[in-house]
Amino acid sequence: MTARVLIRPKQGILDPQGQAVERALPALGFEGVTNVRVGRLIELEVDDPARVPEMCERLLANPLVEDYEVLITETADSST
Amino acid sequence: MRFGVLRFPGSCDEVDALGACRRYADAELIWHGDLDLGGVDAVVVPGGFSYGDYLRAGAIARFSPAMEAVADFAVSGGPVLGICNGFQVLCEAGLLPGALLPNTSLRFVCRQVDVEVVNADTPFTRACTEGQALSIPVKHTTGRYWAPPETLEELEAGGQVILRYAPGQNPNGSVRDIAGVANAQKNVMGLMPHPEHAVDPLTGSADGGTLFASLVAHVDELVATA
Repeated sequence: MTARVLIRPKQGILDPQGQAVERALPALGFEGVTNVRVGRLIELEVDDPARVPEMCERLLANPLVEDYEVLITETADSST
Repeated sequence: MRFGVLRFPGSCDEVDALGACRRYADAELIWHGDLDLGGVDAVVVPGGFSYGDYLRAGAIARFSPAMEAVADFAVSGGPVLGICNGFQVLCEAGLLPGALLPNTSLRFVCRQVDVEVVNADTPFTRACTEGQALSIPVKHTTGRYWAPPETLEELEAGGQVILRYAPGQNPNGSVRDIAGVANAQKNVMGLMPHPEHAVDPLTGSADGGTLFASLVAHVDELVATA
């Protein structure tokens, strides 16, 4: 199974990277963009997807300042 | 009195920290893979980029064998001082409240700042006076201290805010200008400024030495009353 973990700064915590992106887009003509948050994506191949939230709590995210979301998909197997 | 200074792959301030400690007492390096702290009286978790700061600053280092030993040492009341990356490691390890986030400016800052001693009644600041200004350099990209509002109230009420940036000198956007905090027991402290780089007037300030002198006085008193 493939797990995708999306990690974002919690709402209410200043995200200067998001602000920088939000300021940069209008300069390129992309108007009407608000509330940009910059986080990170971690992809994992896992035998037991049920354990991914625990991995997030203990290592992948800092739950004090980050929210995480786990998306599980069947791994596309190129050998078959 | 003997200090132990941790050394992780990626540490870069451990030698300065060792030198600073040796101005006041004996000191030795402790390799991150060591399970045993060798009977030291105080631990310094130094600055740098432990384990490359991969994932988040301090996130990997907190699981190192030596940090497991430091956690046990801290729980038993041993004094632990985390500087910069060391502060990040101690927060990640749950030995200190809060977290350190990227500077508001998104820039690396390297400058001398004044920090005010908010609480001089701790093992780390007893050689200072309350309200004293210490001139100490900062150099970091991820130094914006943050904690939830309810935690901040506890910190303020419990005297756990130890150092604050002087008005107008907050280099990173830290909440309430907090530069250094301690745990509730006051035996674990972290700060973003680098006292180990301010121990000789030749480099602009010797104010950082007061933290090391404080720890020596603390340990000497424990030994004398034991």
